[in-house]
Amino acid sequence: MTHRFRMSLLAAGSAAVLALAACSSSGGKQTEDEPANAGAATTPRMTIAFITHSGPGDTFWDLVRKGAEDAAKKDNVDLQYQADPDGPGQANLVQSAVDKKVDGIAVTLAKPDAMKANVTKAVQAGVPVVALNGGIDAWQSMGVLNYFGQDERIAGRAAGQKLTTEGAKKALCVIHEQGNVGLDARCDGAKETFPNIEKIYVTGTDMPGVQAAITSKLQQDKAIDRVLTLGAPFAMASVQSVKDAASQAKISTFDTNKELVGAIKSGQVTWAVDQQPYLQGYLAVDSLWLYKTNGNTIGGGQATLTGPAFIDSGNVSAVEQYANNGKR
Amino acid sequence: MTTITELAARDDRVASRPFLARLLSRPEVGSLVAAVVIFLLFMAVAEPFRNVANIGTILYGASTIGIMAVPVALLMIGGEFDLSAGVAVTTAGLSGSLLAWNFGLNVWVGVLFSLVLAVAIGAFNGWLLLRTGLPSFLVTLGTFFILQGVNLGVTRLATGNVASAGINDMSGFSSAQAVFGSEVSIGPVNLKITVLYWILLTVVGAYVLLRTRIGNWIFAVGGDAAAARAVGVPVRATKVGLFMAAGFCAWLSGMHLLFQFNTVQSGEGVGKEFIFIIAAVIGGCLLTGGYGSVVGASIGALIFGMTQLGINYAGWNPDWFRTFLGVMLLLATIVNLYVKRRADLR
Repeated sequence: MTHRFRMSLLAAGSAAVLALAACSSSGGKQTEDEPANAGAATTPRMTIAFITHSGPGDTFWDLVRKGAEDAAKKDNVDLQYQADPDGPGQANLVQSAVDKKVDGIAVTLAKPDAMKANVTKAVQAGVPVVALNGGIDAWQSMGVLNYFGQDERIAGRAAGQKLTTEGAKKALCVIHEQGNVGLDARCDGAKETFPNIEKIYVTGTDMPGVQAAITSKLQQDKAIDRVLTLGAPFAMASVQSVKDAASQAKISTFDTNKELVGAIKSGQVTWAVDQQPYLQGYLAVDSLWLYKTNGNTIGGGQATLTGPAFIDSGNVSAVEQYANNGKR
Repeated sequence: MTTITELAARDDRVASRPFLARLLSRPEVGSLVAAVVIFLLFMAVAEPFRNVANIGTILYGASTIGIMAVPVALLMIGGEFDLSAGVAVTTAGLSGSLLAWNFGLNVWVGVLFSLVLAVAIGAFNGWLLLRTGLPSFLVTLGTFFILQGVNLGVTRLATGNVASAGINDMSGFSSAQAVFGSEVSIGPVNLKITVLYWILLTVVGAYVLLRTRIGNWIFAVGGDAAAARAVGVPVRATKVGLFMAAGFCAWLSGMHLLFQFNTVQSGEGVGKEFIFIIAAVIGGCLLTGGYGSVVGASIGALIFGMTQLGINYAGWNPDWFRTFLGVMLLLATIVNLYVKRRADLR
């Protein structure tokens, strides 16, 4: 190969790459909106540990974390976000926060039995603790100040109620995490108000597997006219499943994200049960700030419910702009 | 049904025809028998399983495993594991999506970038393995954790979320979707394009393994690397090449993930590496290397797909899903072992 030939080959190659690298005319990062910044408090800087049971890479927890971060920015709080899906591991994070002498702890109590000892210890050590998202039956007995979240069973009942009023015949409840009591509670709650529900377990970390499993179930049982998923990404996967199975089933879901809001708008998904995760994160941090600076508690000893609310074609346009900022 | 009568007929004549005995001692025959047994079981108990139109669903479930089971089987025959194969698929999907989205490029630029990255990760695995002399189990376990963290960390840095942003409104998406996420209808059966890739990879893999010099090298380095080197087999190139093949297939799977679902969740893929290895083992690959079959691994993937979806088709209580799956897989492996032993005795 001659030098000149090699040079021309290189030139041709880079020209091809440049031509291909032509910018996308639509979509991408530039078209995203920058969220507005709110004013900040002038109270002394405090440290709050925010400890959840989220697994890595779950879009739901993005929203919770964003709420917590926004509140932290506004309240002049140094937010330390930590997560461990394993119960004892999460309990250990609470202990280490107490060891670090943080000013407050916000914690999810999805696995209350594993968390109880260390949370109680934190309360006894004088660290204010608030709970969010999980553990609605357990937080009071641990001496926790406030609880922000949704009662999963109530949310399930509301979803079942809506299915009944819409005249659905049979629903498939898709559980994407085996052994998560919150997810089972949603299906069980829905069963109370809409008895003809069948559960199916899928592996949430394997999207093609989720899609194939839902497809096969729809092919097996033609009577199913509703798919009820328990997380937004799984609703999106079942859109494809319904198409593949040539099923007439409509899709509804718990929890939202940006793609799902778009899918409700385009009619692929009928409605979503929204528990306002952003609000849970925001209120958890803000309530600790209120408690430290003003001694306030929220809820009068009762849980503060952030859901269930419904997002459907009627109100989706209003929600859409917030979803685009990644906050709904 | 023809397969059964054929098999029964073969069984009678095994003793007098030594070449059939040789056929039966092929590594994939055990898995073939297991596949037929599981196929018949679900044919008997699950009505939708008998519906021809549903073949597409079963094959799709099998193909997403099979595309990776082929290179993983080749690697195992070559004496190595790749525990990073599952998350490498997610890495491939994420990297393509994030590059295109972040800089507003044509998605095909992301597709090419992802290809380079995925193959480079494979090459890195192979290079590190040979450089350090550590077992591949440890090296790829390291890569597994690194990639898992990178998937999450980079996604959050780029998008502020834990899933890649939707890219279906960007230039080149529809053409890329046609290549990686489309489907064709053959009569009543809808076949996803992954099924075609899977079959193609199986044919190419089996041909390379059984009919080319490279295939001999793969068996040789897996059987005894030192002896292989002594007779002039390029051990390093073979092993690095095998890891790069795994990287390539991870890219193919990752592109399907991206263009089928538009967004990729950064936590996906964890645990799938074992499913690929299980498929290869059911298909007759030895954990020690030097023995195995590409066709067998694909049959292993098919067994997995049939079992996974057959349980749904049969409408069995989903609480026991994993248990059924485990029992099915154990049975498949035992049948595999039994057939192989019987065949070896003859």
